[in-house]
Amino acid sequence: MYDEWLDKYEYLIDLGRNLDAFPEELKTEDRLIKGCQSRVWLDATVEGDRLYFRADSDAIITKGIISLLIGVYSGRTAREIAEDDFSFVDKLGLRENLSPTRANGLASMIETLRRTAQNQL
Amino acid sequence: MTQIENIRQEFPELGEQVYGKALVYLDNAATSQRPLSVIRKWTEMSEKYNANLHRAVHRIADLATSAYESTRDAVQKYLNAEFREEIIFTSGATASLNLVAFSFGEAFVREGDEIIVGEAEHHSNIVPWQLLCERKKAILKVLPIDDSGHLRVDLLPGLLTPKTKLVCVAHISNVLGLLNPVKEIVNICHSNNCAVLVDGAQGIVHERVDVRDLGCDFYAFSGHKVYAAPGTGVLYGRRALLEQMPPYMGGGEMIGTVRWSGSTWAPLPQKFEAGTQNIAGTPTLRPALEMAEALRNEAVEAETNAIKELILNKLQSDPRIRLYGVPDAPEEKIPLFAFSVEHVHHEDLALILDKMGIAVRSGQMCAEPLMDRYGVTGMLRVSFAPYNTVQEAEYFIASLDRAIKMLEG
Ligand SMILES: Cc1ncc(COP(=O)(O)O)c(C=O)c1O
Repeated sequence: MYDEWLDKYEYLIDLGRNLDAFPEELKTEDRLIKGCQSRVWLDATVEGDRLYFRADSDAIITKGIISLLIGVYSGRTAREIAEDDFSFVDKLGLRENLSPTRANGLASMIETLRRTAQNQL
Repeated sequence: MTQIENIRQEFPELGEQVYGKALVYLDNAATSQRPLSVIRKWTEMSEKYNANLHRAVHRIADLATSAYESTRDAVQKYLNAEFREEIIFTSGATASLNLVAFSFGEAFVREGDEIIVGEAEHHSNIVPWQLLCERKKAILKVLPIDDSGHLRVDLLPGLLTPKTKLVCVAHISNVLGLLNPVKEIVNICHSNNCAVLVDGAQGIVHERVDVRDLGCDFYAFSGHKVYAAPGTGVLYGRRALLEQMPPYMGGGEMIGTVRWSGSTWAPLPQKFEAGTQNIAGTPTLRPALEMAEALRNEAVEAETNAIKELILNKLQSDPRIRLYGVPDAPEEKIPLFAFSVEHVHHEDLALILDKMGIAVRSGQMCAEPLMDRYGVTGMLRVSFAPYNTVQEAEYFIASLDRAIKMLEG
């Protein structure tokens, strides 16, 4: 049973390692997401009606989770993101996979994505 | 069965499984597990003796009050306090510390006075003093530690001035796990007419505390870290000081008389116990301290020493690992180890160890100034209790290596 967990983590760690490098100069206070135990930075750029995300964390498992989030939401329209129910998180078994403090971090990341999208509408 | 196995039978939570693995609980410094004797007392208080204290003449109130007040006697005896009214029941260490910060502050601290706190203190032993200093325009000074985590007691005489009213230090830091030289600190402070408060949240668990031997003026601790119910706590205070201090909170049985023209206060200890007290919880302090006493024996000590040796060897010999709170001799270190691993985030390690069944703590551990001092955003901490075994320590070490391997790639 627990090897299954560890497999999941191996996968997230792998994703985290392969996440595109995040420019150091973007690691600013206003890009820091509150509510995570590790530090998470998120940067959003707008091209036309689409949003593109880059992010980083000093913890590798969190980076893996970010990579999943960005994979799903980067390049979509602000309206799509703002109206999304983020149920893919549950489909991936991510929420249960995380401790409550962790789930908080994930909730903060999702909240930031949603807010960023809403600000574009 | 070995003695440790027998002891473990007394703590139901230790038999739990997480993710299909036996729970290895190494977060004891955050809260300890509770023995059956405590759980039974807690239940018994709710099932048989549930009435408000001190207030009514009926039978159940009488029984509840005597359970509560006899607990005070037990705590007094355990701490070797001179008077029973020197034992104030609170909701925990944080409440005890805030009580002193307010009431001692009101009585003794004026503008320009000074309070000194240790550099490795828990937020609960920092923030109340910051609030006090803000309120009174007093000055907060810091007694530093050296890189190994030892308090620089040698600097204390230089920091003390005639305006220093109180020095606040932990008996044992919840991050460094090093025993502070409280008696030496008390000697220095008392010869400067300055009082000493000891945050005993960790000390009460690992040391046989005798407040008269320590000589401190205040000693604060929480019940939940020493096997008792959560929401219980103790403040020991020297009677002569407590008598001069005004109440912290008003209401309930802390009054003498209440008139529109003004109120008077009940004598100690009720003066500091406003409102309905923790009727079911506080009496668990007695079986809890009995357990603490019972766990002070040769078999447990041998097991703890073996655990300390194992973990210290591992953490000090592994070049990837940095240990915080490096003892000069093993006796000054409790089985509590905070460390970081090069290039590996503490939170990643904690998440993976969790999936291996091991409960550890990661993060700032309520000691941000200490994190800043060491230049880290957090640490990983394992803290053992007398019911932990050498096998658990070995399993932790093997699991840590495995987790590091996963994370290093
Ligand atoms: C050294 C120290 N002081 C104070 C506290 C605060 O204790 P509590 O949260 O039980 O009031 C703790 C516990 O976290 C501690 O370890």
